Amino acid sequence: MENRLRVLRAERNWSQQDLAERLEVSRQSVNAIETGKYDPSLPLAFRIAELFDRPIEDIFVSPSRRSSKAI
Amino acid sequence: MVRSPAWKRYNWRVIWLSLLYGAFLLPAVYGFKHQLVPHSVAWLVAILPALPIIGVFVAIGRYLVEEQDEYVRMLMVRQTLWASGFALSVTTVWGFLENFGLVGHVEAYYISVLWFFGLAIGAIVNKLTVGAAAWGC
Repeated sequence: MENRLRVLRAERNWSQQDLAERLEVSRQSVNAIETGKYDPSLPLAFRIAELFDRPIEDIFVSPSRRSSKAI
Repeated sequence: MVRSPAWKRYNWRVIWLSLLYGAFLLPAVYGFKHQLVPHSVAWLVAILPALPIIGVFVAIGRYLVEEQDEYVRMLMVRQTLWASGFALSVTTVWGFLENFGLVGHVEAYYISVLWFFGLAIGAIVNKLTVGAAAWGC
């Protein structure tokens, strides 16, 4: 799933490891989410949103909205 | 390689189970070879080496329950699916080949060996497709 995690992380000068520690997940998890190879569960998506103090849809792009835009 | 607390616990469990396997298997092989095993306990002595292997399956199950990182857990689930598919496919093909007299008999416990080999295949597939593996690569 497309997302703005890398941008939000860069704004705070956090490494993937920094973000992983704050989320209590592995660095591999952060990398997989950032690169769109893994879609986080809803609880983890909420944890990410709460950490950045933003709504989930500000961070993750809805696949259905993305496809409708493409049309 | 990811080394979560759950993964470390899993590793320790597998190490102990491996030691237990050796402790059960070697006396059993020696005992049966030299006809030292009384008939009354033959079944027990023969089954004992299987128990640590079953324990490894349980350890993998415990790991999946205890692993807190959902991405790493997903990787391990994928590996176990590859392992199961590989082991079942090979043994199914071998079964038909054996049934039609084209290959010799192989002991059933080799399905476990194939399954563990399948875990390594799953780790390689994970590495190639999502760029990471729970363990093994």
